[in-house]
Amino acid sequence: SLRCFSALTPELKTTLDKVVTSHKVVLFMKGTKEFPQCGFSNTVVQILKSLNVPFETLNILENELLRQALKDYSNWPTFPQLYIDGEFFGGCDITVGKLPL
Amino acid sequence: MGVTKEKVEASLTSKMNPSHLEVIDTSGGCGASFVVEIVSEQFEGKRLLERHRMVNSALADEMKEIHALSIKKALTPAQWDQQKESNNTPSAS
Repeated sequence: SLRCFSALTPELKTTLDKVVTSHKVVLFMKGTKEFPQCGFSNTVVQILKSLNVPFETLNILENELLRQALKDYSNWPTFPQLYIDGEFFGGCDITVGKLPL
Repeated sequence: MGVTKEKVEASLTSKMNPSHLEVIDTSGGCGASFVVEIVSEQFEGKRLLERHRMVNSALADEMKEIHALSIKKALTPAQWDQQKESNNTPSAS
């Protein structure tokens, strides 16, 4: 089955390189910033909003391939996944612990 | 049926050799979500992101079934002792 293989093809990697550098702050999450569909994703959205930084969100629930590929791309098994300046910053716990509220 | 608390503890114990480990099943019994507090010498010299990655990969098999994993603490033994000390406020009585 598809699960046995990495979803991260070279083409998808190139695309993700572009996506994570397209904005200073990019959040891959469950739902959207207007309507988060998971408490952990919502927590990170609220932190970013409270900091008044512009950020882009991508809903991984709408794209199963993206969801699987990102786990390999970030070397991180869960969502949300926060990228700052094109670099993986962390998930919810790290964001809560490191970004000032 | 998801993962048991005991399974999470066993994997972390064998792979991380923790001096302190606390696993809490926050799923209400279905084994889908856990909170972890872990103290290990293996975290020495590692950044927080790297520490969390170590925990995630120690639980790689379990993560396939775990819906949410919250790593509350990933400390070195020295940091853990320091934290315990600062929490020991003198009692008022």
